[in-house]
Amino acid sequence: MKVLDLVVKESVAVSASTVRLVLAASDASVLPAVHPGQFVEVRIDETPDVLLRRPISIHDWCPSSGTIVLLVQRVGKGTTWLCSRREGDVVNVVMPLGNGFSLPSSIFNPSSSAFRPLLVGGGVGVAPLLLLGKELTRMGAEPTFLLGARTENDLLCLTRFEQAGRTLVSTENGGAGEKGLVTQHSVLEKEHFDFIYTCGPLPMMKAVARVARTKGIPCEASLENRMACGLGACLCCVEDTVDGNVCVCKEGPVFSTERLKWF
Amino acid sequence: MTPIRIGNLVLRNPVLTASGTFGYGTEYADFVDFNRLGGIIVKGTTLYHREGNPYPRMAETPSGMLNAVGLQNKGVEHFANEIYPSICNLPTNVIVNVSGSTIDDYVAVAERIDSLDRIPAIELNISCPNVKQGGMAFGVTAEGAASVVREVRAAYHKTLIVKLSPNVTDIVSIARAVEDAGADSVSLINTLLGMAIDAEKRRPVLSTITGGLSGPAVKPIALRMVWQVAHAVHIPVVGLGGIMSGTDAIEFLLAGAKAVEVGTANFIDPAVTMHIVDEMEDYLRRHGMNGWDEVTML
Repeated sequence: MKVLDLVVKESVAVSASTVRLVLAASDASVLPAVHPGQFVEVRIDETPDVLLRRPISIHDWCPSSGTIVLLVQRVGKGTTWLCSRREGDVVNVVMPLGNGFSLPSSIFNPSSSAFRPLLVGGGVGVAPLLLLGKELTRMGAEPTFLLGARTENDLLCLTRFEQAGRTLVSTENGGAGEKGLVTQHSVLEKEHFDFIYTCGPLPMMKAVARVARTKGIPCEASLENRMACGLGACLCCVEDTVDGNVCVCKEGPVFSTERLKWF
Repeated sequence: MTPIRIGNLVLRNPVLTASGTFGYGTEYADFVDFNRLGGIIVKGTTLYHREGNPYPRMAETPSGMLNAVGLQNKGVEHFANEIYPSICNLPTNVIVNVSGSTIDDYVAVAERIDSLDRIPAIELNISCPNVKQGGMAFGVTAEGAASVVREVRAAYHKTLIVKLSPNVTDIVSIARAVEDAGADSVSLINTLLGMAIDAEKRRPVLSTITGGLSGPAVKPIALRMVWQVAHAVHIPVVGLGGIMSGTDAIEFLLAGAKAVEVGTANFIDPAVTMHIVDEMEDYLRRHGMNGWDEVTML
């Protein structure tokens, strides 16, 4: 883990409330390796109301250019500050933090038929699934993205997901893809998946986990409990699991849903 | 430079890390050089395993934060058997914060820690605002504080630092009682009891309703209390409360503290203690001072 000053290379609005930020290290070699599902803690400057860093998941990572990409939704003072960063501004991050998603080498035998995971994201929670999908593809898996949003205008970076793999969409208003919630998407009935990864609003992740459990598919979810340190020191972000209270920042943010007391 | 003495404890510089903000030190190994810290005070340790309070345990407030962790830890035997072996050779003082619900608990934990060769001191936490029984209850009366300290003093043979609660009317009388009961040092302040409310949800933010306030917001109160206590007792005072920079730490020394603890700042910059040590050393140079004991008010 490192504390790094990164420079904003791009700041582009990708929806009414969400900004895609590309951050670059001064030298590509100083940027630590990132595992899909890990996050950064961003220091918020210039406002005394915001003392703590803000945990933001890593949307994409390019080791050769020394860049990471964040999707930041404007929800409070900290994220508003971050969304207002412009090209050339410096953003201080601690990274990479947490454990990411399990990857096929540890969960399937590559010599058997292709590993077919489903990556279910909702809202800004789609962010870590892009890097995950890219990595899964690189490892020989055949990931399917299933992205949910309220309306077609709330779908974030859809083209980038489509470039990274097969992408299905659910919108609540039916403006794109199938109408309804991600858990109502027909692909869940029509096809078999080996593994489900999910990140998004808690009710969505719980519903996805229930579907996975009903079908007997292993499932991992990425949580975003309120954090302070991000290092497992302050014990603020705990999740009540079958193993007791554990830090989401250090033992997570990704958990097997069987460890969570959701059912 | 002359080392700092707190009882029999010798510190290479005045900077310690505050309990509950630095884990067991290893969490920060990527960011700090332990050779440059006076010491680390590890997480509050109780006789038995504690799950702590339910989530949410933390609320950010202007220039501060509330926590209600509730002394989550796996108990003193787990510490002695599983954690101590991995941290006992860190090149700095490793001090254990000892917490409890009854006097017997405090004594039992202190005795167990006494048996660990590489732990030169304990910080007795009679001031945790986040546990229902004991904790702060002992720390809010002179009599209660003295009774715990007396019993622990009889059982514990190394340096005994007692952490005081600011949630009292007269912290000086408690500090004096603790000194008379045999403490080698007092550290202050623990967190201030506070509350945050979510107006939209019309509910308290914390699961426990109230929690302990820390961060820059509490620094003026901490400085005032350190000043009052340092001028009333003969034992060394360790100051803490909202230290974010070397200048903040120097202010505590000027108020009369011999050493300081850095807490919440570790959450914002995991390398902050290194910057604080640098800035404090720079302060000495700029003021032509040759030792920490020269950092006094004019």
